[in-house]
Amino acid sequence: MGAMEFRYEVEGGNFSKAGHASSAVKKILKQLNVDARIIKRVVVALYEGEVNVVAHAHKGHILVNINEDEIGISIIDQGPGIPDIDLAMQEGFSTASAAVREMGFGAGMGLPNMKKNTDNFEIESQVGVGTTVRMTTRLS
Amino acid sequence: MKVREIAEKLELTVYSGHSGLDNEVIGGYVSDLLSDVMGNADEGQAWITLQNHKNIMAVASLKDLAAVILVKGLKPDEATMMHSNEENLPILGTDAETFETAGALFKLLHP
Repeated sequence: MGAMEFRYEVEGGNFSKAGHASSAVKKILKQLNVDARIIKRVVVALYEGEVNVVAHAHKGHILVNINEDEIGISIIDQGPGIPDIDLAMQEGFSTASAAVREMGFGAGMGLPNMKKNTDNFEIESQVGVGTTVRMTTRLS
Repeated sequence: MKVREIAEKLELTVYSGHSGLDNEVIGGYVSDLLSDVMGNADEGQAWITLQNHKNIMAVASLKDLAAVILVKGLKPDEATMMHSNEENLPILGTDAETFETAGALFKLLHP
């Protein structure tokens, strides 16, 4: 199989569409007969990433690259950025609004869940500009 | 045990996703934090929660859960029910509290 690339747009604040990209990627990986356990890990990480953009950023997009060996996902947003990445990576730390928390998000589990469910996880951020998360998961 | 049987025995209201009533339930998960469910729930579980907005269906379908059970008389909104129908993933409901609902489901699955 050759390399495949997909792009998904994410709207800041629009919770009704959160999960669109995750659902699409899940279908693609299923069609490619990827191991169900690996699909689950990818989907958890991507969904958390989508929700982060919706909850915190103005807008963003997701680039997904799939080749025979691995799936690479980049989540790129224009938003407030993260001043202290180490702090943001701590389980339980969150800057989500009260309204977002009421929905059951913003428990400070998103970024740690993403790291836990990927083989390689990198995050870069510039305050006032935005955040980029790159994660890779081996497919076998 | 099938969702249908659980709905009958626990006298749950079936709001939507009727086509998924034959889904097999192998366990339960109780949480109102969506990230917790995303991170820790397992395929085939019935999810007991008080969250009733559309995102519960994204989480439930991404995790291949068997059904969602809303407690305290909470009802899903129209968009949530539509998503439930599309995914063949039933949303059930009860007037009971989370503790009672989880206890009853546990007893049913582990007699």
